[in-house]
Amino acid sequence: MSKNGDHVSSILQTARTQVLAEGRGLDRDQLVEILQLPDEDVPALLELAHEVRMAWCGPEVEVEGIVSLKTGGCPEDCHFCSQSGLFQSPVRSVWLDIPELVESAKQTAKTGASEFCIVAAVRGPDRKLMDQVREGIKAIQAEVDINIALSLGMLTQEQVDEFVEMGVHRYNHNLEAAKSYFPQVVTTHSYEERWETCQMVREAGMELCCGGLIGMGETLEQRAELAAELAALDPHEVPLNFLNPRPGTPFGDQEVMSSADALRAIGAFRLAMPRTILRYAGGRELTLGDLGTRDGLLGGINAVIVGNYLTTLGRDADEDLNLLTELGMPIRELSKTL
Amino acid sequence: MTYCGHCGEDLASGDHARCRDRLTMEPPRFCTHCRRRMVVQVVPRGWSARCVEHGVLTG
Repeated sequence: MSKNGDHVSSILQTARTQVLAEGRGLDRDQLVEILQLPDEDVPALLELAHEVRMAWCGPEVEVEGIVSLKTGGCPEDCHFCSQSGLFQSPVRSVWLDIPELVESAKQTAKTGASEFCIVAAVRGPDRKLMDQVREGIKAIQAEVDINIALSLGMLTQEQVDEFVEMGVHRYNHNLEAAKSYFPQVVTTHSYEERWETCQMVREAGMELCCGGLIGMGETLEQRAELAAELAALDPHEVPLNFLNPRPGTPFGDQEVMSSADALRAIGAFRLAMPRTILRYAGGRELTLGDLGTRDGLLGGINAVIVGNYLTTLGRDADEDLNLLTELGMPIRELSKTL
Repeated sequence: MTYCGHCGEDLASGDHARCRDRLTMEPPRFCTHCRRRMVVQVVPRGWSARCVEHGVLTG
């Protein structure tokens, strides 16, 4: 046994009692211990995280598709994002028209997905975008049976109310990074502004989707801090992204995080939030490869984005769906109708 | 093809093996004929990339 072997088994034993048996997530300091587990303990961590997910969430997997309604030209400076207009990124601005938006929703629904998230690279929606979104939602609702989610940046209370009236099911607004690391990631708006939008969304009755990115140069303590902050916010869903360094962005030269670190983070986020939908989001293909999808789904993940992302390509949707079948994990929407 | 669709540099100069790997995970951003930045739209099950001079690629 390694020098700190007793310590390692101690935190996993604690988690087994506290999280699996009692449903109480680990706190920040405990999560740091999880993130420091040696590689040989990662399989045991993932096994426990999977048990926690099955016990508190069940076997169902939520499937979602996403599409970029407005790509590029964003006035914000999120250092990981190729869509900022402030960086020398090769991504050019483009808008998706309504027929293309509806077709994307149809393609997503065909996979069995229950959620379709419409995303725009903006600080927050202006009147033009609000009108475009209203028209798009109306067109989708007329033709496609799918829940609609939005991710349009920071909102006012009036905009939140308008989305509720439009029938928006869920709103995504990520914290992106721990509060202590946020100023190294974004300088054009604050962590507090993000938190405020999240609170407004939840208080208005929409489901809140709020996660972040890891592998951006944060310390393990800050990674644990982000998980603990998300647990305190208690969103319905947490999308977990892994940095895919984009050319031309301030984080473009960062190393891709190791697969072992990514798997430790998945386990840690599940042990922080036993009841939350934990979604595999961007960067999983680059960070974890083909085997990573299986490892994550057997390590605490219970939701996936199928198909492509906003500016990069994902795994073939059929590969993910076949894997879910192989693992005996029913897709949430399909299981309602079986 | 003259230019790399990923980085936009001349294909005859430098090693573009990493670019080729990346192009399995993202659409091309540069026209391989003229090096212009293309207008790229990614959708859940495909993508299109339009060069104002050389037309549209899809995948």
